[in-house]
Amino acid sequence: MIARLIEGVPRRALLLLGVLLVALIVAPLIASDYLLTVLILILYFAYIGQAWNIMMGFAGQLSLGHALYVGLGAYAAASFYVHFGIGPWLGLMVAVPVAALAGAFIGFLAFRFRVAGVYFAILTIAVAEFARVGFDHWGWTSGSSGLFLPVAQYTHNDLWLLRGHPVMFYYVILAASVLAFILCRALLQSRVGYFWLAIREDEEAARSAGIDTFHYKMVAVVISAAMTSFAGVFYAFFYNNLFPEQVFHISRSIEIILGPIVGGIGTLFGPVLGAFVLTGLAETLTAALAAAGVDLPGAKQVFYGICLLLVIMALPDGIWPWLSKRIGLAERDK
Amino acid sequence: MPADIYLNVAVGGVLTGLVYGLMALGLSVIFGVVRVVNFAHGEMMTIAMYIAVTLFSAFHLDPLLMLVPIAAVLFAFGYVLQAGMINAFITRPEHSQFLLLVALAIIIVNVLLILFGPDAQSVQTSYSFDSFQIGPLIVDATKAYAGIAAIVVALALFVFFRSTRVGTAIRACADNYTGALVVGLDVKHLYALTFGLGAACVGAAGVMLVLIVDVTPPLGPAYTLLAFVIVITGGLGSMPGALIGGLLIGLTEAMAGLLFTPSAKSMFAFAILVLVLLFRPQGIMGKRTTS
Repeated sequence: MIARLIEGVPRRALLLLGVLLVALIVAPLIASDYLLTVLILILYFAYIGQAWNIMMGFAGQLSLGHALYVGLGAYAAASFYVHFGIGPWLGLMVAVPVAALAGAFIGFLAFRFRVAGVYFAILTIAVAEFARVGFDHWGWTSGSSGLFLPVAQYTHNDLWLLRGHPVMFYYVILAASVLAFILCRALLQSRVGYFWLAIREDEEAARSAGIDTFHYKMVAVVISAAMTSFAGVFYAFFYNNLFPEQVFHISRSIEIILGPIVGGIGTLFGPVLGAFVLTGLAETLTAALAAAGVDLPGAKQVFYGICLLLVIMALPDGIWPWLSKRIGLAERDK
Repeated sequence: MPADIYLNVAVGGVLTGLVYGLMALGLSVIFGVVRVVNFAHGEMMTIAMYIAVTLFSAFHLDPLLMLVPIAAVLFAFGYVLQAGMINAFITRPEHSQFLLLVALAIIIVNVLLILFGPDAQSVQTSYSFDSFQIGPLIVDATKAYAGIAAIVVALALFVFFRSTRVGTAIRACADNYTGALVVGLDVKHLYALTFGLGAACVGAAGVMLVLIVDVTPPLGPAYTLLAFVIVITGGLGSMPGALIGGLLIGLTEAMAGLLFTPSAKSMFAFAILVLVLLFRPQGIMGKRTTS
């Protein structure tokens, strides 16, 4: 199993991955509280980026509404916790099916009725926006006034109820990101993965070759949605408050996909690199502007936007394909 | 009498819908020719709205009189944008174009935020509270003027595409990119022209809309979404479709605001979009493509 996973990966790449993993494991020992929060954010985006990448990077289906699955996961687990005292890991048993069903619903509508490309992207936005306004008016989840979880006690860590110190959350999201990375690698090497790539490259040809494109696109959407819903559960228990205006908003969906696009769509390491680069960039800008004494709301985002522009103009395929060639770690052509 | 209320709200919705339609027309023209989805469309409209607000508060210039000059400014903005940036992205994949325009949208929203602050700004003209009474119908003067102006601008655009040489050349680019290159058309220039026209449309729509709604920087993304909903409902790339989609969405929003709650109105617009995508994916006026 492991032998298959690392088959064809340059030894140096494995070594670097190992170093990165060790660095991430020991990071909380030396990191300040602030840095730890930033690292949690990075891993959170790396994890969701990986999930989104399955749909877009592997199967070629552009989803601009992934906030839907984050929001559904977050609301499912949080409201079960608030209303019935059911913990997040059991809540996951609700969150995952709900998000997977939503994904299956969108996928079924789109792929059965041949809604593709830009139309598909806008359908995903529409469903997410529909959910946002719907949750704004849904009393059981407290509507637009927001759903609040009892604030965590830092005195002891309760992994079962996900109540505790940020360090615990850090290791939870680190484990999730590592598992997502391994899962994506395994998927890419499986039959399904090859079918996805075929569909991404040329759907007509894939169908002609006898691939049930509807089926495999559905598999991609459902896996991606289910994985994303865990990020929602994590979000709810880490931040302890949920507002439809925030979790379901289109800007959340955009945030999710910037990482993998900047990092390199369809690559395994792209979402991870993109999360590091973008979150790092945002935090650096905050610090730099504060140091320069600039106190303008919006100034940070302007610089952020300019950096995005520069990256996409200079490196259309993202940073990782370019960087991996530079340091001689190019993944074998997929 | 309740029937009056429904009728008045419906007429108001249709007039606002015309302005929405003009906004969406800009998006549709750009997509129909350049094949790029302008994810900064609503943001470009807020630029026009802020220009109108500023001209009004500084010099008391009526937005409707400033319609042509402001549309011209947006035309120039759109032309430069396409010529300087987007032309290089024409052959790139959708997600790459998406990122480019989203980055641009982020920059526009936040530059406006820095320049004008987060508070809502509006234009109060001498006719802001006027209304026309036609039988039982009471129509807001601002909405009536805005709706009429939207029709005039849309008609001008139709005439341009149908009857001028440049308009015909642009349609040629849209129909057959390679063919247009072969017969010696300057496609890059025509693309820039088209993007400029789309920007001018949304600019004109913004000037009209500023009479009806208050402007804040975050309005941009909301209207980008609304423009998508309208164009897809009407048929992406179809000019009459954009106007009809605008009318339909304007009417739906107004009725939903009256019958349910105004904050839920966009839900109905999205519901219509989902229905259209299911039963007529090419949109109300769109042509069915074979692929």
